[in-house]
Amino acid sequence: MLGVLLFGLTNSMGLALAALGFSFVFGISGIANFAYGAFYLLGGFITYILLNSAGLPYWISAVISMVIVFFLGTFIYKAAIQRIRGAMLSEVIVTMGLGVTIIEVLRWSGYVKHNQYLPSFLPGSIMIGGIGIEYQRLVIVGIGAILFFLLWLLTRYTKIGLALRAMAQDELTALSLGINNDRIAMLAMGIGSLLAVVAALAIIPLGLLNIEGAYEILIFALAVGVLGGLGSTTGIIVGAFVLGYTQSIASTVLGPKWMMVVTFLAIVLVLLIKPSGIFGKQKELEERV
Amino acid sequence: MPKADTGQFRRERIDRGIYARSSDIFALSSWREMTYLLLPRILPVVILLAMPLVLELAGNEYWAKVMVILAIMGIMAMSWDLLRMAGMFSLGQGLFFGLGSYVAASLNHYLEWPIILTIPIGAIGGAILGTALLLGTLKLRGIYFAMVTLAFPLLLVRAIQATNFMGGTEGVRAASFPNYWTIAYLAIGALLVCFFGLRRLMNSDWGLVARAIGQDDIAVTASGIDVTWRKIQVLFIASGIAAFAGTLMTHFLMYAGLSNFSLEYSILPVASVVIGGSGNFAGALLGSSLLTLATESLRALGALRIALYSLLMVFFALMVREGIFPYLERRYHQFERRVKVD
Amino acid sequence: MSTEPILKITGLSKHFGGVTAVDNVSFELKEGEFLGIIGPNGAGKTTLLNLITGFLKPDSGKVYYHGENITALKPHKICELGMARTLQMVRPFYNLPAFKNIIIPLCSPRSLKFSGSQYGERDDIALDYLEEVGFERDSSVPYKPAGVLPHGYVKRLELARALAMQPDLLLLDELFSGMSMSEVASTMFIIERLRTKGISIIMVEHRVKELVRVADRLLLLNFGTKIVEGKPTDVISSREAVEAYLGSSQEVE
Repeated sequence: MLGVLLFGLTNSMGLALAALGFSFVFGISGIANFAYGAFYLLGGFITYILLNSAGLPYWISAVISMVIVFFLGTFIYKAAIQRIRGAMLSEVIVTMGLGVTIIEVLRWSGYVKHNQYLPSFLPGSIMIGGIGIEYQRLVIVGIGAILFFLLWLLTRYTKIGLALRAMAQDELTALSLGINNDRIAMLAMGIGSLLAVVAALAIIPLGLLNIEGAYEILIFALAVGVLGGLGSTTGIIVGAFVLGYTQSIASTVLGPKWMMVVTFLAIVLVLLIKPSGIFGKQKELEERV
Repeated sequence: MPKADTGQFRRERIDRGIYARSSDIFALSSWREMTYLLLPRILPVVILLAMPLVLELAGNEYWAKVMVILAIMGIMAMSWDLLRMAGMFSLGQGLFFGLGSYVAASLNHYLEWPIILTIPIGAIGGAILGTALLLGTLKLRGIYFAMVTLAFPLLLVRAIQATNFMGGTEGVRAASFPNYWTIAYLAIGALLVCFFGLRRLMNSDWGLVARAIGQDDIAVTASGIDVTWRKIQVLFIASGIAAFAGTLMTHFLMYAGLSNFSLEYSILPVASVVIGGSGNFAGALLGSSLLTLATESLRALGALRIALYSLLMVFFALMVREGIFPYLERRYHQFERRVKVD
Repeated sequence: MSTEPILKITGLSKHFGGVTAVDNVSFELKEGEFLGIIGPNGAGKTTLLNLITGFLKPDSGKVYYHGENITALKPHKICELGMARTLQMVRPFYNLPAFKNIIIPLCSPRSLKFSGSQYGERDDIALDYLEEVGFERDSSVPYKPAGVLPHGYVKRLELARALAMQPDLLLLDELFSGMSMSEVASTMFIIERLRTKGISIIMVEHRVKELVRVADRLLLLNFGTKIVEGKPTDVISSREAVEAYLGSSQEVE
């Protein structure tokens, strides 16, 4: 019982962390960044390379990796997405295409092997009420909480944050108020990509660095988005916790193999009952008049 | 339409005389005009119908088999294009493909139904399942459709792997076609039927409404049409077509498995239409044919191929926009010349 | 002709977050009547129209059409019952020729019920409707893509689109905005012709002058509430109307 509670918590925060970057970009600029998985993988991979081949200390590798991916995100926005902004089909095709290209090139290159690990922030584990739990899992909870808090601070108390919130509410109005929407969208893209790296650094240590993780993280980001409702932070947290605990319970009762099945069924269920998600603010067809 | 100024000269595009002469009823006025119009339509059909015969008789079994794949991928690309026209952007045609394959294979393997039944029932079953899964997204913004179609096949693969459902990673065995000719001409025949059928469908008033929904669904609602119901119809047809392609593949490979949900079956249709040109199914056919031939020629590159298609797709989406087929069509009907600017 | 009102609104309200767009609005429309709804920008006129035609769900209140409660119905169902509206932000199908724009409403269930035409015949019927709103039939104008048409034509295309649904009740949302004086005059002529066919009309308009001349009744809306309702000349000379428009450049006679 305690195990389910604890693992549910860490699992949920992990999902929230995974979904954060994707949801952030979508909420601010309306762009669904399907290359999110690629950024996640790149973040982990670059850190690994810097750590092992270049021999740099962990924190420096991590920061460099975050910076690189941040600029990669902004570059992709500027070079590719900006010119097709507003044409949903093109946006979707381009982000998806770039994501798959990056992931599959990495797969083909063979640089990502089946024995690569990223170190945990805090090695070892602790016993809580008779259950062994790795420190890293608790770290995930901590990082998640800190990140959400930081983002909350950013959006509420800084000028940039104000611009971000304005964009999220109504891009056209923001534009007419002198907010450079391309700059802001570029920034949002960069931050979203950076968040993907943070998620990678937190989650990958629990397992292996592998290609499939890129697609998995994308699946979870999408699942949380659909379950909780896109574009709202509350939605992400609620969606993450609902999915996280459902997975945790299924894992304990039925077995760990059922996590994906449960995720699939959860999406199907939500689509049948309340398609816009638990906290979804998406308006149905007619209301978008 | 004259192009932009380039100093002293500008490029001008003029319809060829024969194009102007052969518009409307005047096409029947001479053999030359009729040939001009019919040749580009008849030639590909003849080639498609002849290729399996030629290749098989020449003993080139490998490329004979490729023709079947080419037809199947052509059908997939057209089903994607259909969805796109109605405003549904699918990142997971592989979902319908896989569903169709599994239904057909199961009926054949577990219930021992013959191919002549598993194929149509598989197609319809795939359509029903696919439409049911995506029903909830139809009323929401288009991005939901894209997200869910992307997530579902990825999820299904992992779910099947984990639970060993339907043979798990092994997949389900299925019967094969009696001989090459059956599958080859079934596939090519289906391709042509889809092509001409879909064109006819989209040129009808039903299709007009569907295309209008793709442009502006609010305006269509205000015109008294039940948009959601029309989208369901389009989704059913498109998913049925893609599922049908899946059933063909099942009995061609004698097996249905996880690979039927693979990203390749989701990316290739999109890439085909982006590269070939959208809007009239001919681009879908052209793009899928080119990509299939490329896939086979570039076998050596292995997993890099999907990265290349994706990159090419992105390039076309960003830079080229028009697609190969509209370009070819334009060159066929018009010629360009440089004209001195006074 | 029945004495029951064709349209009855009771206590309609809609809030968006903290803003009340429509506040407890009620009115009736008799069959064949022409009601004008006026009010300054942001008064909630379009929101009211959206609530009536099913594009928005009201927070409270009811809409009755021919005595039936249609409050929760979807827009296309409401169209089927006989209501048609024009959209304020005109949205033609830009790439389609003008007459093909009309074919789409001709495919709606109501239209099919009334005319039940086959493919091919609809082209002619579409051209008829375009002619009715002033498109020159024997020119190339009906065949041009809607995206290249001048604004006045696009607005009339919108009107034709609504007419193609053979409505009993026509709701026009700022039809005259962006039209020149002559276009307004000729369009008004078309609308008056519609009245002789017994079609009830609700017209939301900014340009009050034309409405006063033609409407049976006017309703003044401001801040989402109904301020005044009555005979056109009474309404526009009322104190409330003058106050509502005070400060804007609108001249009320």
